[in-house]
Amino acid sequence: MASPANPMVLSRLTHVSASYDLPKALPLDSGQALEAARIAYETYGEPNADKSNAVLICHALTGDQYVASKHPVTGKPGWWERMVGPGKPIDTDRFYVICANVIGSCMGSTGPASPDPAAFDSASDANDAPYGMRFPVITVRDMVRGLVGLLDGLGIDQLHAVVGGSMGGMQALSLAANWPDRAARVLVIASTARHSAQNIAFHEVGRQAIMADPAWADGDYYASDASPDNGLAVARMAAHITYLSEEGLTAKFGRRLQDRPDGTRGAKSFGFDADFQVESYLRYQGSGFTQRFDANSYLYITRAMDYLDIAEEHGGKLADAFAGTTARFCLVSFDTDWLYPTAESRHIVHALNAAGAKVSFVELSAPNGHDSFLLEHEGLDQVVRGFVE
Amino acid sequence: MTRLTELRPDLAAIAAHVTPGSRVLDIGCGDGGLMGVLEAEKNCDARGLEINAELVGRCVARGLSVVQGDADTDLANYPDKAFDYAILSQTLQTAARPDLMLDELLRVGRRAFVSFPNFAHWRTRTALLLGGRMPVTRALPVSWYETDNIHHVTTHDFRDLAKSKSAQIERSWFFADERAISPIGANWRAEFAVFELSR
Repeated sequence: MASPANPMVLSRLTHVSASYDLPKALPLDSGQALEAARIAYETYGEPNADKSNAVLICHALTGDQYVASKHPVTGKPGWWERMVGPGKPIDTDRFYVICANVIGSCMGSTGPASPDPAAFDSASDANDAPYGMRFPVITVRDMVRGLVGLLDGLGIDQLHAVVGGSMGGMQALSLAANWPDRAARVLVIASTARHSAQNIAFHEVGRQAIMADPAWADGDYYASDASPDNGLAVARMAAHITYLSEEGLTAKFGRRLQDRPDGTRGAKSFGFDADFQVESYLRYQGSGFTQRFDANSYLYITRAMDYLDIAEEHGGKLADAFAGTTARFCLVSFDTDWLYPTAESRHIVHALNAAGAKVSFVELSAPNGHDSFLLEHEGLDQVVRGFVE
Repeated sequence: MTRLTELRPDLAAIAAHVTPGSRVLDIGCGDGGLMGVLEAEKNCDARGLEINAELVGRCVARGLSVVQGDADTDLANYPDKAFDYAILSQTLQTAARPDLMLDELLRVGRRAFVSFPNFAHWRTRTALLLGGRMPVTRALPVSWYETDNIHHVTTHDFRDLAKSKSAQIERSWFFADERAISPIGANWRAEFAVFELSR
């Protein structure tokens, strides 16, 4: 007997692309304010009557709001489609899923490439001069302040859950620490409550690569034909290494040589072409990245991450950041993640325990380092589904 | 979801005697069976500590708050008297230092429940006396070289330890053949023992 077609299989995930202009200037940790900030976001699924089924997903450094919908520039599927969708661990049949581009980024939310209202030139009537380096330096808490503004605009008082990996996890923690009533569940994956010296050091390499590119031109390259793609690509290459594990790189590339463009088998060139497959891979990652990301946004967002120290914001003691919280927390780390290693998650867990918060923590085993949170992992699916449900 | 009546007898005894509404830390909580019962039937605020990642995943999936960690080292991260009860079921004999773990239980909890297999049960004694080899019994089913039980203990030993730690034994329960038995001759007759302690 032929089985009847399952309508669920045929149902497609519908999403809404929108943007929200914050009604007031966004105050920043630096003391400055961001005028007329815009937050671009995607939503999936439907809100229930009292909007209590909203799940906010926070994206990572170079991520965006296209968590489960096609990226408009690259045409690639959403970055967490395996996690978000009908029947997926974050089930869009049940939850109203929101993912917004952070301020400082470059996919529709206000960032250094956006027009600077203060640059309005009444004489020429030109009002599209981008901020460039006039964009104020922001923090992770500022990003979250922008997201809270969006939640206000959407009429969402309390999220069912806030979920994030890497910098997304930092935002989730910052939301829990600074707006404790806004999320009932806080899921933090492969993340940290503070950037370490090593984290800052790698970011500084990336920033210096961008700023050393002559085409960067002190950040004022938007009107010129050249942009600092070389510098941005090197920044991405250095960062990409930190997202992988040595074990993963060895398994994927080892010391294997790249086939030559004429199709002959790989051999050492005794020159500086990409002889090794790993070199070719990194170059590909670097140049692909420049197609979709703005170099100045990279400077601003890495700076925001380096400034992150949630304990410092709360008198130096991380437990105090979460005192009195009623949210449930879940932290997940990966055993091969050396960017934000398990010890960082444990540090947060200890603080949450000291604060008496309801917290779960699990270290999952995965071969692919920090990037594991984006990849296939049944154990992660189980934890995410169980915690968010 | 597991119900109280379906729990292992030592866990059922613990669950039955936890004051409703209390804050509980279950150390070595496994798949969270006891925690689930304490939350569902006793209205407790239950937290767990478990070393096995897969079991932690199962606990989280059923909505429990469980931290992956090692009871030998990670109890130090909990504040004093953070819990009304600290529960250690069939884990004491696997601890690197059971004496120090008992101190930690009574530091983080106002009271503690400790359950363990009694090494002085007649079946164990007989196996060792007549067989001349480390006993493999119903209560202790794993060979000496594979077992996690590195510190075998008897009910007498435990009472001595509690005394030396100035811990008060408030109540005790004994089990054999999956049933509660009287405390008379328990060091011979009990396969498992449960003690409730305070300090």
